[in-house]
Amino acid sequence: MSDMADSDRGGLGGSSPRASTASARIAVRKTYKLYIGGAFPRSESGRSYVVTDQKDRFLANAALASRKDARDAVTAARKAFGGWSAATAYNRGQVLYRVAELLEGRRAQFVAEVRAAEGLGARQGEAVVDAAIDRWVWYAGWADKLAQVRGSANPVAGPYFNFSLPEPTGVVAVIAPQASSLLGFVSVVAPAVVSGNTVVAVASERSPLPAVSLSEVLATSDVPGGVINVLTGRTEEIAPWLASHMDVNAIDLSGATSPLADDLAAAAAENLKRVVKPGDEDWTLAPGLGRMLTYLETKTVWHPASN
Amino acid sequence: MPKFEYAPAPESRSIVSLRESYGLFINGEFGPSVDGRAFKTISPATEEVLAEVTEAGPADVDRAVTAARKAYEHTWSAMPGRERAKYLFRIARIVQERGRELAVLESLDNGKPIRESRDVDIPLVAAHFFYYAGWADKLEYAGYGPAPRPLGVAGQVIPWNFPLLMLAWKIAPALACGNTVVLKPAETTPLTALAFAEICQQADLPPGVVNIVTGAGETGRALVEHPGIDKVAFTGSTEVGKQIARACAPTRKKVTLELGGKAANVVFEDAPVDQAVEGIVNGIFFNQGHVCCAGSRLLVQESVYDEVLASLRRRLATLRLGDPLDKNTDVGAINSAAQLAKIRELSEVGEAEGAQRWSPPCELPVKGFWFPPTIFTGVSQAHRIAREEIFGPVLSVLTFRTPAEAVEKANNTPYGLSAGVWTEKGSLILWMASRLRAGVVWANTFNKFDPTSPFGGYKESGYGREGGRHGLEAYLDV
Repeated sequence: MSDMADSDRGGLGGSSPRASTASARIAVRKTYKLYIGGAFPRSESGRSYVVTDQKDRFLANAALASRKDARDAVTAARKAFGGWSAATAYNRGQVLYRVAELLEGRRAQFVAEVRAAEGLGARQGEAVVDAAIDRWVWYAGWADKLAQVRGSANPVAGPYFNFSLPEPTGVVAVIAPQASSLLGFVSVVAPAVVSGNTVVAVASERSPLPAVSLSEVLATSDVPGGVINVLTGRTEEIAPWLASHMDVNAIDLSGATSPLADDLAAAAAENLKRVVKPGDEDWTLAPGLGRMLTYLETKTVWHPASN
Repeated sequence: MPKFEYAPAPESRSIVSLRESYGLFINGEFGPSVDGRAFKTISPATEEVLAEVTEAGPADVDRAVTAARKAYEHTWSAMPGRERAKYLFRIARIVQERGRELAVLESLDNGKPIRESRDVDIPLVAAHFFYYAGWADKLEYAGYGPAPRPLGVAGQVIPWNFPLLMLAWKIAPALACGNTVVLKPAETTPLTALAFAEICQQADLPPGVVNIVTGAGETGRALVEHPGIDKVAFTGSTEVGKQIARACAPTRKKVTLELGGKAANVVFEDAPVDQAVEGIVNGIFFNQGHVCCAGSRLLVQESVYDEVLASLRRRLATLRLGDPLDKNTDVGAINSAAQLAKIRELSEVGEAEGAQRWSPPCELPVKGFWFPPTIFTGVSQAHRIAREEIFGPVLSVLTFRTPAEAVEKANNTPYGLSAGVWTEKGSLILWMASRLRAGVVWANTFNKFDPTSPFGGYKESGYGREGGRHGLEAYLDV
């Protein structure tokens, strides 16, 4: 992958004519797969699709996920929810921070991939990857603060001890932003998992490769399998299955445009998913609390205080 | 067990002066409909017609939204929070001053016992306005940024089970945050909302800040789908909640939904039985079971099943069903013929599916809508009476052996509004509380409410919270 740092060559290693001369080493290409339940399967459908750079040069064949893949990913996410949501906030914070550590170590690779995917210059590419790493760090720190910022002791008018705490809502489906392949992806996934939700994310359709590489980082960090699942393919094909899935509790529609986004929001009503509607977001800006709050339920507990 | 005879102790209804007919409350005054028609509201205890009320048409709803918009832009959103606060404090005080009248009116129109409307509903209404009044000039301290903005005009649709209390839950936080409202009360219980309109007049609330449009489902639909509103707040059935979520899907409207429930009330073997039985009774027979957070599924640990059931049956035999205005009444009237039909239907299904039905000896009045306190035993999780919200005085009893099984069964529902836990073991309470997927967990108590305490559901019980600091979020642009 290191040859991708040279964006003038375009494409992935081995595709340029120069690489075919007798003395040059032929690069070992990567197969871009799905990430479901901690494993890297191809699409069960056996399909793939061509991913190109911004100048339409071939980058790779990515897995074209099917309805079955989406459902498998939801099953994996549900299975992982119990453990992840019961992990201590301190633990979840460390796991998210670990993702940032590993990303930092592979910074050059991600700069190259994001540049190839989004057609960015060197400095822009570096800025985007740095922002993505910093975003993990920012969210990591939230894990053990949410309950204090979002919880409360409630002074009820009676002899009761009463408190409210935030809890994760469950399985969150994320239609990741289309244009921002890495920073956008991180910005919609991290706010869901930090509080104990598990995620099925559909990567940018046009530029899925940085998200797939991120899933390789997730697999080698301490994120338990199934907590974050990554699908690649056609947004229009996969998203409706997630929006209508009865075991998905929330959906972020960032990567969907109208009228698809409206249809997805309507389908999400069937089991009253919590919905983040697509907005005109600048992913380089400070995120605020909105996304994290959408995926939090408030639980209030009463107990008599008497002798 | 001897049953003490009580002399009738009816609360006088002379404190209430009803008009023959009511118009719509738009822009600070009562007026006739431009495209609606009239309907009657009755007392469910006697089927007596109480008054004629207006069913607002789409043009009426449009007028109300226009009035609310104008009041939002020219008056309410520009008014300093400390001044908005004073109007809300005024309203709280007037509710207290007219408390007895409102309680009688509520019991007349809704059928709930005067003991409940007088001691629970109306005091909580005043408390709710008092609580949110204080927030109006402190919003910058609520944790939603330095200068949180209101949303605009709120369209609010409320149910018939706690008519004035649900109005307070909707209107108090909306106004405190600087929004104006158009509220539609339920068609079977419009009278306290119309009395509230008079209270707004007495408080000199600026015209258009609160608008009350009476009517049924079509009026509600016209309000929710009106393009001029920025916010929809609904309390009612999950089915209608889903329709609203669908209708609002392509819009920018902020939506909060407080919907149905099928709460588990879990009794462990070490629970004090008498207290638990009181909690079970309060959990399901409070307000005739017309409570979205009612403890309608009793989960009893097998080892104490016989003891709990015997005690529960004994207690049920002492419940007094009858005249809602009698101060000794425990169980009032079912709110409507339609609701009674639904309760009867599901109870018949319960029997047909093989559960055993039991009610204490209980004489039902001849006129009006009545259903005796009812227990079903031998209920399995697959039975419809264990899965569907009955919204009546019907308790389904199931058993469990281990805490893990209790959690599994309690969470085995698409709802997630509330739950109850009865045990003397503190660690078990906290263990259960952290695993029950419900917005409110009552431990060694049930059906307690307070304006400072956030209320609302997980999963298909809806989204958003009402009450407390959390309740502000529903009416702020955050």
